[in-house]
Amino acid sequence: MTPVIETSGLTKRYRRVTALSNCTISVPEGRISALVGPNGAGKTTLLRLLAGLAAPTGGRAEVLGGPPREDPAYLAEIGFLAQEIPLYRRLTAEDHIGIGAHLNPRWDGQLVRERLAGLKIPLDRRAGTLSGGQRAQLALALTLAKRPRLLLLDEPLGALDPLARQNFLAALAEAATGGDLTIVLSSHLIADIERTCDHLILLAESQVQLCGDIETLLAQHRILTGPRKDTTAIGATQTVVREDTTPRQTTLLVKLNGPVIDPAWAVDEPNLEEIVLGYMSAGQAGHGAGPAGARLSAIGGDR
Amino acid sequence: MIRFRVDGRSGVPPYQQIVQQVRQALRMGVLSVGDQLPSVREVVAVTAVNPNTVLKAYRDLEREGLVEARSGQGTFARGRPPGPPPGTHTRLGRTLAAWVREARAAGLDDEAIASLLQVTLQAAAEEDIA
Repeated sequence: MTPVIETSGLTKRYRRVTALSNCTISVPEGRISALVGPNGAGKTTLLRLLAGLAAPTGGRAEVLGGPPREDPAYLAEIGFLAQEIPLYRRLTAEDHIGIGAHLNPRWDGQLVRERLAGLKIPLDRRAGTLSGGQRAQLALALTLAKRPRLLLLDEPLGALDPLARQNFLAALAEAATGGDLTIVLSSHLIADIERTCDHLILLAESQVQLCGDIETLLAQHRILTGPRKDTTAIGATQTVVREDTTPRQTTLLVKLNGPVIDPAWAVDEPNLEEIVLGYMSAGQAGHGAGPAGARLSAIGGDR
Repeated sequence: MIRFRVDGRSGVPPYQQIVQQVRQALRMGVLSVGDQLPSVREVVAVTAVNPNTVLKAYRDLEREGLVEARSGQGTFARGRPPGPPPGTHTRLGRTLAAWVREARAAGLDDEAIASLLQVTLQAAAEEDIA
């Protein structure tokens, strides 16, 4: 089966700044993919490239079987929700449904009305007077009314309180039930999206650090703890992603290439957050850029 | 109809939490044979758990023979996991509750009670092996 998204060496430079570098990812149909990484890692750039809202300066992307482009047939199949929720504050939900009907060939206004009724969001109130959670739900309902095959969401949870986040994620997961809608959502709060997503793309320093099904990523990684020792031997058989050493103890995040045989290591299964943080701080050490602490706290902050 | 509770901080993957809760409901008699389970869509709408995860949990329960998918109708409880009948748990639960009251009265806090239970379970396991 062809993936819904497949990119190879995708690159975007703005004058001197490289926003996305050599990005190669693949997202199969029906996945809910979490696009995570610190602020400025290139998440928005990648989403805009996939949505056809920006053109790459290098590499290529195939989305739903062709390159992203600004033509109506392509855009009809893609739902894109930008970080600033795109609603007219003075218009009601019903007004928005009317506008959508004019602009979209396959428009299901009734779907919006049903979703909003289920969430007890009034159709006749101006969008500007709704709560942040209600506005996000309205924008999502309107985006789904296009009946897109791919939904791209840029930090949809950032401004929402925990309950609104949970409700929004539930609405997303429900929309993906059935398997013909693929979703990519960016976030820097991994704890929030872990249960809803089954695929992960990790960007750091404008590069892809990880891309794959979460179940596979969890199975591929282990945390090894042991007395402080030279890691050359373990490094020869496993890929050491991150190394933490205290005077007495060494803790490693490794990507497995085979079983860990040395009995000096206690072997534990990491959770997704530990893997993500491990790769992010490994990237920091390698590039020596930026205050690692500040960036890391952004991704684990709500725990 | 049972309602799933998925705890993101328990350390147990959502998939296993769903499987465990169905087993538990069957064991305790909350679900009887023939009862309908919530649809994948309903579970997802309440818990925000990925639909593929719920689907996988239901498939595994089906493989265990605990539930069955009837096409076009939904998923139904089919059998009980091996173990004593539902009443047993209630009865033992009552005895245990009385014991816990006694332990508290004797000055044991929850941590002391838990470690005593742990030690007793270990001793019993060793007895079984011996």
